[in-house]
Amino acid sequence: MQPFTIVSGIAAPLPASNIDTDVIMPKQFLKGVDRSGLSDGVFHDLRFGPLRDTFVLNKSPWQEARFLVVGPNFGCGSSREHAVWGLGQLGFRALIGTSFAGIFFDNCARNGMLAITLEAAALDTLTAIVSDPTTAALTIDLPAQTITAPGGLQLAFDIEPTRKESLILGLDAVGATLQERAAIQRFEQAYLQENPWLA
Amino acid sequence: MAPRTLYDKLVDAHTVRRLDADGRQVLLYIDRTVLNEYTSPQAFTGLREAGRPVWRPRASLGTVDHVNPTASRRVAAMADAGGERQAEYFAENCRDFGIELFDVLHPLQGIEHVVMPEIGLVLPGMVIAAGDSHTTTYGAFGALGFGIGTSDIEHYLATQTLIYKRLKSMRVTVDGTLAPGVRAKDVVMALIRTIGASGATGYAIEFAGTAITALSVEGRMTICNMAVEAGARGALVAPDDRVFAYIAGRPRAPKDDLWDQAVAAWRELKSDPDAVFDQEVVLSAEIIEPMVTWGTSPDQAAPINTSIPDPAQEPNPDRRRDMERALAYMGLAPGMALDAITIDRAFIGSCTNARIEDLRDAALVVRGRHVAAGVRAMVVPGSSTVKRQAEAEGLDKVFLDAGFEWRQSGCSMCLAMNDDVLGAGERCASSTNRNFEGRQGAGGRTHLMSPAMVAAAAIAGRLTDTRRDIGGN
Ligand code: SF4
Repeated sequence: MQPFTIVSGIAAPLPASNIDTDVIMPKQFLKGVDRSGLSDGVFHDLRFGPLRDTFVLNKSPWQEARFLVVGPNFGCGSSREHAVWGLGQLGFRALIGTSFAGIFFDNCARNGMLAITLEAAALDTLTAIVSDPTTAALTIDLPAQTITAPGGLQLAFDIEPTRKESLILGLDAVGATLQERAAIQRFEQAYLQENPWLA
Repeated sequence: MAPRTLYDKLVDAHTVRRLDADGRQVLLYIDRTVLNEYTSPQAFTGLREAGRPVWRPRASLGTVDHVNPTASRRVAAMADAGGERQAEYFAENCRDFGIELFDVLHPLQGIEHVVMPEIGLVLPGMVIAAGDSHTTTYGAFGALGFGIGTSDIEHYLATQTLIYKRLKSMRVTVDGTLAPGVRAKDVVMALIRTIGASGATGYAIEFAGTAITALSVEGRMTICNMAVEAGARGALVAPDDRVFAYIAGRPRAPKDDLWDQAVAAWRELKSDPDAVFDQEVVLSAEIIEPMVTWGTSPDQAAPINTSIPDPAQEPNPDRRRDMERALAYMGLAPGMALDAITIDRAFIGSCTNARIEDLRDAALVVRGRHVAAGVRAMVVPGSSTVKRQAEAEGLDKVFLDAGFEWRQSGCSMCLAMNDDVLGAGERCASSTNRNFEGRQGAGGRTHLMSPAMVAAAAIAGRLTDTRRDIGGN
């Protein structure tokens, strides 16, 4: 997993609420058995459909965007991790919003995608800033937990310590948990003894 | 010990180790999973690349459900090369890692969340995580079920655990008696409309109240299934005798002495009387009416006997914009009566509403009637077992005589990853769970409702109140 420390880039505004994973990664891109080739699928109908000229990611400077400033409940719906893989393949490193759907939020953490939640007022400010093409470039400093906009405006954000650490280090979660093999085995043995109908 | 909710008890009982000081983040032991062909392949590839075995192969079951065709003659071939490759790789993975597989020709094949409970693999007190958001269905049994992504499937397969963050708790109490003709689907749709599509984000819901305990186990499954459409990542109903009776005798359920031991333990599975929930929501059963969605988010719903709301009346500008966008996509205008909306397609299926009780309920509405001219209607049973049961009861004849297609089981047009797809602009009455843009096909327009309401819409050619227009309950 690619570590996340300090990353700078263009941020694109996508303020609609309830943007679901069917919209982020339509079903016709879910037919693979590996993670590859998903960058074409991201927001496919918006990027390539009849209204493509009005879609923010097709406009300058946002076609270079590495961050998205999104509306409430982003990533709701299907559990498909393809949505996060595709966003990563298209070059996105962080998403900033007021709320993310639970499964999507976890999928972000597992793939080095920083999902930042801000209060509504702070997000409104940020949305206005990045909607202006001259001020759309942000710097996100994960160790310091800050977002800096042109002109010096700085917003602080919260993140759970365990999530922060694994993003900064780009940890392999499975490998880390397997270090606890003995503890899991001990737990399992006692648990199955206590609930023998599950053994 | 301080009083605890049922949710807390389940998380505590499965905690291998706390990962932070206050125990909000834990290493959680998972009892079981069910795998499908489209969210699991990259997890197996991860195991193969790292040379890791599956921790406990018998705690996983595979079933092919998302990509398979549902045409009336069952064949092993998939509709397209991508689906074919996924089904093949899935079979290869299950074989190599020692996991039982219900492939498309297997007599127990079906939609994962229909199959797991019906063969007795979902038991009270379990924690079940699976690569599909509707894993919340298992809450109907007092089991904590939640959806995970592919990286977490890999984590589960390799370690039997997940890194888990404890949720906040919400109790939804529905007291009173549902009016005749009001169903479990209407209860959960009314809840989602009340609290919104993210109203339960960050929460596990416990459903309580006399209207919930009066529901059948399958009705409770419908409610827990759709709780995720309000953002909940877990939905529980305390298990009772009705649940135990439902499980008893199913092929994989515990037997004899183990059964008695299990039931004795399961009787303890409830929230302590003075447990405190982070949030309480109360609905009165009496005022719930048959619901339909008019928009592109499950909370854009209203009782069938009302009309489409006017965005101009909506004070919140974000919500107003969402409403306008939804109505434009749906090709609908404010003020239009919901029961004046004509349909092209009707779909009875999905893990929300394609179990045997759903099919019986819908068959009552269609018996002796015929699908309206110009409407294509189909029934896709939730599992091959449900299909056989329905055929034994003659329900297939009822549907076929009325002009419905009677198909093989699978997810089908719930997400349209096979060849069952809505055309652009086609409008569908659907017993599924998501009315997102393009969910049932690019440009397709979905109205969610109960299976009986779908049946009534198919007959009438438009959305309709089963109670008034069809006279059935
Ligand atoms: S029926 Fe629909 S919601 Fe259920 S598992 Fe299949 S695709 Fe998902």
